[in-house]
Amino acid sequence: MSGYIYYPGCSLKGNSRSYEESILPVFKEVGLPLQELDDWNCCGATAYFSVDDTMAAAICGRNLSLAEKTGKDIVAPCAGCFLTLKKSNAFLTSRQPKSDKILRALKSAGCEYHGSVKVKHPLEILIKDIGREAIKSKIRRPLSGLKVACYYGCQLVRPYTDFDDPDYPTTLDSLMEAAGATAVDYVAKTRCCGGSLTGTIEEVGLRLNYILLKEAKRKGADCVVTICPLCQFNLEITQGKMVKKYKDDVRMPVLYFSQLLGLALGIDKADLGFSRSIVPLKPLWEKIGNGGAR
Amino acid sequence: MEIQRKVKYEEELDPNFLAEIKHLSGSENIDGCIQCGTCSSSCPMSIYMDYPPRKIIAMVKNGFRDEALRSFTIWLCPSCYACQVRCPSQIKITDVMYALKRKAIETNVFPSRFAIPVLDREMSRLIAKYGRNSELWLILRLYLKSRHFLTMIKMAPLGLKLMKTGRMSLRRESIKNKKQMKALLNALKEET
Ligand code: SF4
Ligand code: SF4
Repeated sequence: MSGYIYYPGCSLKGNSRSYEESILPVFKEVGLPLQELDDWNCCGATAYFSVDDTMAAAICGRNLSLAEKTGKDIVAPCAGCFLTLKKSNAFLTSRQPKSDKILRALKSAGCEYHGSVKVKHPLEILIKDIGREAIKSKIRRPLSGLKVACYYGCQLVRPYTDFDDPDYPTTLDSLMEAAGATAVDYVAKTRCCGGSLTGTIEEVGLRLNYILLKEAKRKGADCVVTICPLCQFNLEITQGKMVKKYKDDVRMPVLYFSQLLGLALGIDKADLGFSRSIVPLKPLWEKIGNGGAR
Repeated sequence: MEIQRKVKYEEELDPNFLAEIKHLSGSENIDGCIQCGTCSSSCPMSIYMDYPPRKIIAMVKNGFRDEALRSFTIWLCPSCYACQVRCPSQIKITDVMYALKRKAIETNVFPSRFAIPVLDREMSRLIAKYGRNSELWLILRLYLKSRHFLTMIKMAPLGLKLMKTGRMSLRRESIKNKKQMKALLNALKEET
């Protein structure tokens, strides 16, 4: 397959809109404008795999089939979608009786899949296809003086990812440094944020997120940089309760890596979804100027 | 004080459980567990669990069906794969957790208002019908089904903030080709 087709998934059209709003201009800026996959369906996330794994793989198969027809590989910015599509892709092409059955069902529903699509994350494409140096040469407003805690979470680096380390990945750190920021040594970078537990068993979710922010604060970070909608959401919405419960002010902005990278690439601040932040971004602007607002 | 019987007699164990979970999880090597505990020490949730992952694997291996399926552990696991990538015996522990969840949902052995399985089921239903998830609709269904009305009210200010920043909408999302989704799910049923 040559080129990429963009799979947004439900989050990037809903609560993590700012991820879409920033990743699209960033890809355009580096010379890889993305087109959206027509009539994509939800990947099913972890929920569908907990209920019915055959159906879960089948609905992913529909997306893979739609992408295959365009002749392009999938780029999925949401870490959850990325893992789910990748996992299903590996399963559907594993030639087992169980997976062959799903392929037959896909065919009879008019979405035949031959197994030629690859599923990639934007981080992987930026680092591997475009390259750190090429990106560095395009930086127009380096994020000098900004200290970032690069948070990868679980689903991007485990268990299938081949482009980075599952415990202590470094690609995002390297990208942020290319953009002029300083990446702090963030040991919690792949510790789980609890996923949907913040909505279902709040006490547990709150504590997990507190550990993550506390560690970022301890290392002197000005903000957390994420690659996953659910991580971003959890880390942002739990901050108020956290301050109350632990009597510890660990509040800080939580942004998508594409928002900061876009800023460094010289894209207008107003076009990168910063206004959707619930946590005030003032400390950030104090650190790096007004973000180059024209 | 009454002394409670803690031992389990062999006839109370389910000899088929291991084979069933092996098949469901796609992890055929569960018996290769050496009980090293790497999974439990890697697990960010183990302090909240009734049985840490190492024990769950031992329970599956030895046929403790009821205990494993009724455990709180399986619902606490958000599939972070920390255990799975570190297991020296390459056991797919996360996939075993998924298999146990499916079995528990299938056999209905969890509190019906317990939020986590309700969330999983409601989301799957939404997707099967519309092809897409709508965050607000999902949350409403979750709180209605699990009868967490108080939580719903407590969540309202957050919902408003999300709406104000354009991050949540009242629209129900849907794919165009809902017919195809239906055909696919029907074709799958026919294959099984
Ligand atoms: S890490 Fe693997 S081998 Fe060790 S106790 Fe856990 S499942 Fe068993
Ligand atoms: S995948 Fe589940 S059991 Fe394994 S470490 Fe993560 S939370 Fe624990």
